[in-house]
Amino acid sequence: MSPATARRFNVAGLAITVLTVVLAVLWAFPIYWGVVSSLKPDNEVVRPYIELWPDTLTFEHYVFALTQTQIGYWYMNSIATALGVMALTVGSSIFAGYAISQLRFPFRTALWWFILASFMVPTQVLIINHFVLMANMGLLNTWAGIILPQLIHPVIIIVYKQFFDQVPKDFREAAIMDNASEWRILFKVYIPMNWGVTTALSIVTFIWAWNAFLWPFLAVTKTDMMTITVGITQTNDSFGVYYASELAAAVLAGFPVALAYLLFQRRVTEAITLSAGIKG
Amino acid sequence: MIRDAKKEWLIAFVLLTPFLAVYGLTFVYPTIDMFLLSFTDAPLIGEGDYVGLENYTRLGSDRRFDTAIWNTAYFVALSVVPGTAVALGIALGVSRLTGRMQALILALFFLPYILPVSVVYRLWDWTMNFQFGIAMHVFDMLGIDRVPVFKTTTWFMPAVAFITIWWTCGFNILLFLAGLRAIPQEIYEAASLDNAGRWTTFRRVTWPLLWPITALNLTIQLILQMKIFDQVYLFSTGGRPNDNLVMVYYIFQRAFQSNHGGRAAAIAVVLFVIVVAVSILNFQLTRISGSGKR
Repeated sequence: MSPATARRFNVAGLAITVLTVVLAVLWAFPIYWGVVSSLKPDNEVVRPYIELWPDTLTFEHYVFALTQTQIGYWYMNSIATALGVMALTVGSSIFAGYAISQLRFPFRTALWWFILASFMVPTQVLIINHFVLMANMGLLNTWAGIILPQLIHPVIIIVYKQFFDQVPKDFREAAIMDNASEWRILFKVYIPMNWGVTTALSIVTFIWAWNAFLWPFLAVTKTDMMTITVGITQTNDSFGVYYASELAAAVLAGFPVALAYLLFQRRVTEAITLSAGIKG
Repeated sequence: MIRDAKKEWLIAFVLLTPFLAVYGLTFVYPTIDMFLLSFTDAPLIGEGDYVGLENYTRLGSDRRFDTAIWNTAYFVALSVVPGTAVALGIALGVSRLTGRMQALILALFFLPYILPVSVVYRLWDWTMNFQFGIAMHVFDMLGIDRVPVFKTTTWFMPAVAFITIWWTCGFNILLFLAGLRAIPQEIYEAASLDNAGRWTTFRRVTWPLLWPITALNLTIQLILQMKIFDQVYLFSTGGRPNDNLVMVYYIFQRAFQSNHGGRAAAIAVVLFVIVVAVSILNFQLTRISGSGKR
């Protein structure tokens, strides 16, 4: 490559890099803008020009959201249901993944195909029948009613099967020689060897459940049983036209998942690429 | 080693019980129930009479069903290929960065994806607010007339597609980055030895090697966007929901707002069949194109 073309290339490369950085800042700007607006007093929020930082910093909208809405209940409902979905999904998937990966039993292949096929079925089409089922079981407006229809995540089983398949057979054979039971093998060998996957998958199932909208929105009609994701959209009346208070509630709803992502960035991205069928 | 087959079956069954119970109750049974319900005139809760294919035949002359089908297709067209293209562009840019800088920039692009849809709704409803939204200040500066974006039928779908791309792009960027990392550096070195330019390198090296990931991105997005509901529902509040109907929205409206369980189930079956058919087709196509490569 001649020096002239090399220089031209570097200029183009630099331009691309600068463009990427600028775009990234613009990309995150609506989030920044929402947070900043929620920290402004009402008279500043509606000013007809762009102010990137409040003249008077105020937390009054957060106080309002925390005291004048049922956000405390929504937090509790979100935490309880997201933890429930996480524990039940990951737990049942570890067991199912282990059985399919390591044990021989009748209809094993058929079951594996069923799991792969269930991956294709859009759970959104089942809302009517989920609603009827939960109503008949008396579970509407309960945590169990919010949790149960959200446990269909075949991809978690698929990921566990793939990871258990990769554990060298020697470990298993040595354990069997020692007369270890299947339970011991699962809990002392296979699960500890895959803690990383379990952590990653637990974090993303928690985030999925926290962010779920359609089902929690249908399953709950009482305001104090709503999850926070649904709750903050149902409050137009109590807020009046106070945009900043709505934004403060939104920031409170998004904060836990944003924090979980920033703390566990690597795990989250790992789990998300895994759930798309790519090994990181 | 001798395996105790009976004991192994028993252990497998015990391990599979939670999975079987959950999937039986909340997946297999509701799916069968959906098909059965679609042949009745039942309300949302309660019994109905068998009406044969009536719920399906009346979809042919149902204008709202037409709206829902077309809007869903329109939304897919507005979001799938553009979203994948934007993600590819950003991933190529991000992959040039290294270390902490890359992590920071990636986090800025990825952060929206982690937020709940209702937060995304609040942020953009505020950004695009007709009176006070910052986007409208930008419109004013550029000399464009302000529009009540989510209350105008022409603007609604493009705006929601744009916001959806903003929201979910981080996911596709991640997949592209994983794909880009998997391309061996030696190939690029060989290309630069051959004096290949930036564009030629992309077209001859990156693009073909990245194609499986591009296909995966397109597939995932296509199937995801056919099932769109949340954003359309939220941004329609106070607007014109009947003009913005998409498939899942129409199922929701028929079942939960008009109390027609049977008719809603018929729409659900149509969407079910479409999504499964597209998934199978996709699976076949990726398999064929995959085997052609090897």
